[in-house]
Amino acid sequence: MAFDYEKYIRPGKLPHIWCPGCGHGIVMKGLIRAIDTLKMDTKNTAIVSGIGCASRLPGYMDCCTLHTAHGRAAAFATGVKMAKPEMNVILVGGDGDGTAIGGNHFIHACRRNINMTYIILNNKIYGMTGGQFSPATPTGAKASTTPYGNPDPPFDIAKLAIGAGATFVARGTAYHATQIDKLIAEAIQHKGFSVVEILDDCPTTYGRRNKFKSVIEMMNHLKEIAVPVKAAEKMTAEQLQGKVLTGVLFKEERPEYTEEYAKVIERAQAK
Amino acid sequence: MSKKVAFLQGNEAAAHGAIYAGCNFFAGYPITPSTEVAEVCSVELPKVGGKFIQMEDEIGAMAAILGASLAGSKVLTSTSGPGLSLKQELIGYGCIAEIPCVVFNVMRGGPSTGMPTGPSQSDVMSAKWGTHGDHPAICLVPASVQETYEEVIRAFNLSEKYRTPVMVMPDEIVAHMRERIVFPEPGEIEIVPRKTPTVPPEQYKPYDTSFGDVPPLAAYGTGYKFHVTGLNKMQDGFPTTKAEIVQAEEERQVRKVNANVDDIVTFEEYLLDDAEVVVVAYGSTSRSARYAVNAAREQGIKAGMFRIKTFWPFPDKQIKALAQKAKGFIVPEMNLGMAALEIERNVQGKAPVLGIFRVDGEPINPDQIVAKIKEVK
Repeated sequence: MAFDYEKYIRPGKLPHIWCPGCGHGIVMKGLIRAIDTLKMDTKNTAIVSGIGCASRLPGYMDCCTLHTAHGRAAAFATGVKMAKPEMNVILVGGDGDGTAIGGNHFIHACRRNINMTYIILNNKIYGMTGGQFSPATPTGAKASTTPYGNPDPPFDIAKLAIGAGATFVARGTAYHATQIDKLIAEAIQHKGFSVVEILDDCPTTYGRRNKFKSVIEMMNHLKEIAVPVKAAEKMTAEQLQGKVLTGVLFKEERPEYTEEYAKVIERAQAK
Repeated sequence: MSKKVAFLQGNEAAAHGAIYAGCNFFAGYPITPSTEVAEVCSVELPKVGGKFIQMEDEIGAMAAILGASLAGSKVLTSTSGPGLSLKQELIGYGCIAEIPCVVFNVMRGGPSTGMPTGPSQSDVMSAKWGTHGDHPAICLVPASVQETYEEVIRAFNLSEKYRTPVMVMPDEIVAHMRERIVFPEPGEIEIVPRKTPTVPPEQYKPYDTSFGDVPPLAAYGTGYKFHVTGLNKMQDGFPTTKAEIVQAEEERQVRKVNANVDDIVTFEEYLLDDAEVVVVAYGSTSRSARYAVNAAREQGIKAGMFRIKTFWPFPDKQIKALAQKAKGFIVPEMNLGMAALEIERNVQGKAPVLGIFRVDGEPINPDQIVAKIKEVK
């Protein structure tokens, strides 16, 4: 029997706003399958986003949803999680929202290791505003504000998360659709701040400016650059040139923030 | 049994008042001259099972309290001038999404870094006009340590009752001076609870106006699944650009405060019955004004004071009534004329409005006010 996605979608809220060929819907389906696999209680699950195309995702989901201001998802979500540590808190957003205007909240959520999962849909561009370069846009790429090629070097978002202290970091792509739910489910099960970066496409504002002739070509590009971490172990530096590692990139156990704060309460009340 | 007393700073009193009001979540960021509020909350909140978090910046602190409020907490943040500027976008978010929260802002000199340790009253306009767009504004301006404690409690009550951010703005003098405070007994001051839904989850809409201008607000994690956004929204919480809905919702959000000014606006009338010269003052400046009014009376001048306790909504009705008989208004304030503009708007040219505006980090002293009172013919 086909998987029933509609069970998790709010009645009457589709169609979504995403353009034909955008990978965001693939990621949303992956998130839905992960929620289903883990038998999560949607009444007890908050999905929090900022601003941008990816940040419209929570509105479609039949959960407790919070579409905040640009860049602020991690900080709002921290408030939700601190107030109700028993809730599942999932953040969704794009590369610009999460690593430019929201960069500070992002790295500090990583540092605190608060038990939430952040799904970053990285399409390397500000799509909603019409295709300005983001901190994830490759050097040299064309965007509406880099007409002569992007002079900025990009962030490696996964490395940024690891460096800032996230205790679970994974990367997938919109092409590798069947892997997305598994990465997200593992991230949600991990106790601590988990980051899942999904390399995505934006045919409308990125593809057409950067010589991708079709959505299929963009998807094939994601397929070609992705190398599973296991496979990469056997490859030379030369072979890994231009490739991007996928799968679980980093995992460690470290005290979780809301549990640590529960100890603060115990200490305060013992005095 | 005698009541518990203490010798506290305004900032310390604010934190204790918040806890009396049922505050169980504080998020903040260090900033002079309001940091003591955060420090006391970090000590006291966990004792009562509440949560304190120091966020990465002012914006993050504002975001965290809004998130915690949606999860059912009663929330507070504290800041000062530059931090208030940073918080403004999300104060607007709290207004449009209708999320109860209290923002305690200690007024220091500005703009920008200004004089971090100097007193000021120059944020009162920011309380209403700081965030973009039309929105309701409630701002309380206490003048003593005791009043700071009580007004923080009232701020929580108003915030829950009207489902909107409420600001408490003492000047730095009120925030840092120490005075005797008498704590109320538990139950002595009424605590207004949040109006929560009476309908089952499947019928719940977060902005359901069939329950009036202030719709009930469910908490995340209580069985109610609902959507919250900063976009203009419909009654079910989802975004819309439909002209008639946006117009009606914007008007309701402002109306829920402006139609209830008599419930919200508080003030003190001091020797006003026969007053010919009315000093309108607020915060620490009102303490000098009271002294000045007494001094003027001793010299045979019929002076009185109207003390603003609720700056927003502004006491329009009361000032308009005073303008019918007063020969002149004196407005001392630690800015270059903010309340004075509101008073002129209400006096409508019926009497002169003379300002004493000071932005040098020094308080306005009674002699200055007495001298100005004598200028009224």
